[in-house]
Amino acid sequence: MKFFPLLWTGLWRKKARTVFTLLSIVIAFLLFGLLQGVNAWLNSFGTGSNANRVYTVSRISEVQPLPDAYLHQIEAVPGIHRATYIAGITGYYQEQKNALVAFATDVKTFFDLYPEWQIAPEQLDAMGRVRTGAIVAAPLMRAFGWKIGDRLPLRTSVMKRDGSADWDFEIVGTYDVPTNPTEANRIIVNYGYFDEARLLDRGTAWAFVASVKDLNRSAQVCAAVDALFVNSAYETVTQDEKAYVQGQLRSLGDVSLMANAIVAAVLFTLLFLTGNTMMQSVRERTPELAILKTVGFSDGAVTALVLIESTMLCVLAAALGLAAAAAVFPVTAALGIGGSTLPLRVVAFGLAMAVILALASGAPPAWRARRLVIVDALAGR
Amino acid sequence: MNVLKQTAAVTLMNLKSVPLRLGASLVIVIGIAGVVGVLVSILAMVGGLSRMMTSTERADRAIVVSAGASFETLSNIPREAAQTIVQAPGIKRRSDGKPLASAEALAVVRLPLKRGGSGNVSLRGVGDAAALVRPELQLVEGREFGPSVRELIVGRSLQRQFRDLDVGGHVLLRGAEWSVVGVFESHGDPHEAEMITGVETLQSAFGRNTFQSVTVLLDSADSFALFRGSLVGNPALAVDAMHEADYYRLQSQGFSRLLSIVAYLIGGIMAIGAIFGALNAMYSAISTRTVEIATLRVLGFSAVSVVVSIFAEALLLALLGGAVGGSAAWMMFNGHAISTNAGGLTQLSVSLAVDWNLIGLGVLWACLIGMVGAAFPAVRASRAPLAAALRGT
Repeated sequence: MKFFPLLWTGLWRKKARTVFTLLSIVIAFLLFGLLQGVNAWLNSFGTGSNANRVYTVSRISEVQPLPDAYLHQIEAVPGIHRATYIAGITGYYQEQKNALVAFATDVKTFFDLYPEWQIAPEQLDAMGRVRTGAIVAAPLMRAFGWKIGDRLPLRTSVMKRDGSADWDFEIVGTYDVPTNPTEANRIIVNYGYFDEARLLDRGTAWAFVASVKDLNRSAQVCAAVDALFVNSAYETVTQDEKAYVQGQLRSLGDVSLMANAIVAAVLFTLLFLTGNTMMQSVRERTPELAILKTVGFSDGAVTALVLIESTMLCVLAAALGLAAAAAVFPVTAALGIGGSTLPLRVVAFGLAMAVILALASGAPPAWRARRLVIVDALAGR
Repeated sequence: MNVLKQTAAVTLMNLKSVPLRLGASLVIVIGIAGVVGVLVSILAMVGGLSRMMTSTERADRAIVVSAGASFETLSNIPREAAQTIVQAPGIKRRSDGKPLASAEALAVVRLPLKRGGSGNVSLRGVGDAAALVRPELQLVEGREFGPSVRELIVGRSLQRQFRDLDVGGHVLLRGAEWSVVGVFESHGDPHEAEMITGVETLQSAFGRNTFQSVTVLLDSADSFALFRGSLVGNPALAVDAMHEADYYRLQSQGFSRLLSIVAYLIGGIMAIGAIFGALNAMYSAISTRTVEIATLRVLGFSAVSVVVSIFAEALLLALLGGAVGGSAAWMMFNGHAISTNAGGLTQLSVSLAVDWNLIGLGVLWACLIGMVGAAFPAVRASRAPLAAALRGT
């Protein structure tokens, strides 16, 4: 610790150079934090949510309709607690760019299955009374300036029995998902009304969502559900929520591969930059290092001084960069590709990378300092 | 004239001394190469996607989907409606009077990917006139699918991504075996990532009685308004017609926008880092030559010539970095296919396209970074008090 002032002075020997090196490392770790944060978010997707929910969709594709009569069979599977169906309606409000998705479902059971979707009980009750009712996500209410009691006309791709594809709902309630605000983007309507009024695909649903009683037996329960429908005209795939969501994300392609490639490019550039700065700094200080050796510093001590100096620089800068990343990380959530807080694991990983970077870039100058012969160095040779 | 001569002389001297400052100079080159490489690579994906979507677009081709559906897979057109649509005014007709229109059904199926796992694939059932509606779709291997038998042809780009799709192979769809009888190409557009069969075969195999879309060839691009008007104005239909180009743009714009934001965000942050690197390098370049620069100024070289020479050096290094980054992106990624669903439902294979516009953009960024990196050191060098600078303090 008593060498700290010596190290600190050495670090700031050339202020401008240290500041610029520091800033470029800060920037690099800001990027590192953001990209690895998004990566970690992608990999951990679904873990934050209710793990005892399972989804049953058609084996053929996720929007291939399944008969809604499957519900009773799924509910009867031992280990299944509650279940309901979801039929999707895609459409838009007023203009095509206001694309919206509505879920037609058994509303009461649905909100039981999603306890983190928060809604006032009296609004949920109103859904039972108003057949054409709709519960709208709070962010959508704000975005379009809707109020409870408003009419909600939707132009959709689902034809009604009267031949038109314009659906009219009445907003009776609103919900929010405080644990994951990006999830609150749906409109929930009564399946009973929807199914009765539509012309085609009556009695079908896109998916079934169910809760399992015992988390540890979730895999067996999923297999039991699929076994019910094997060899039928509509075979199914049943997965827990995490697997289901990750399957959808995986099809985005090699996102994490790209993020890793960029991080590697950034760190390589940085290694070069820091290494160069340290090399320059040691070269300029050749006489000073020689004096240190003259007054009795061992070769090892001088080597350590140089390495610790570069570690101080890198770790300080990395800490600043990661702090900046944590501060701006919520932006990625706004883009829909990240979470709201930077995972701690990423910070720890970043600091470890900073130490490795420091040792790798400090090694050549440290080696040079170690090899310094006092007489030659003092003579400026 | 004198200033120009002076500038040229100082610049030449600067450049000759670059090899002596190799480390610091390389910092500029490598830093900028990194920025340009990353920026160009990500934007190449956006470019590849839009090239794919527009490679076979024709102004006289239109697609009809049900109102409100932005994807074919979410659209449903009843049989009677499809019959009305193919008789709409504005559609080109064959010599025998039949309209050049193909009412199509689409099923999304899951197939095993070559790299492991599985992905969604569209199986498209097309009408009789499909070959005339899409003349760019060429069979390159095998033969056409037969009527009313479970045979299909696969796109070249699909075949590259998924397993067991060679001619003579079999795929299991909904418990029934289908034979692959041919391979087609269509200039790498999204159809090349599909499997095609007859629409009746598909409808009977998948228990459908509706269509997902109708693609038509119009008399001319000008007939579109007439065609669309007749459909939208018909109260018995709940459909919308779009230019093929608009339809594909709608499909890809969300993903393209996201990618562009990511490219400029990451590129921008990296650029700031590279500016600090360049500042560092240029400051160290002038600090090692403080005495030399002061001597020149005492001899009568103007401050302007010193400033310009420093800019020239930074700019040249930046250009070099831009060229290295751009060509690295080009060599590594041009034509490189990545598999993504691009925010849609089915797996596409997008070929990255690095073109001259992108390289130009990269070089422009490189120059800007170089200029900013040189500005402060240049001003400082020209303002340094001569007496102190000559003493080297």
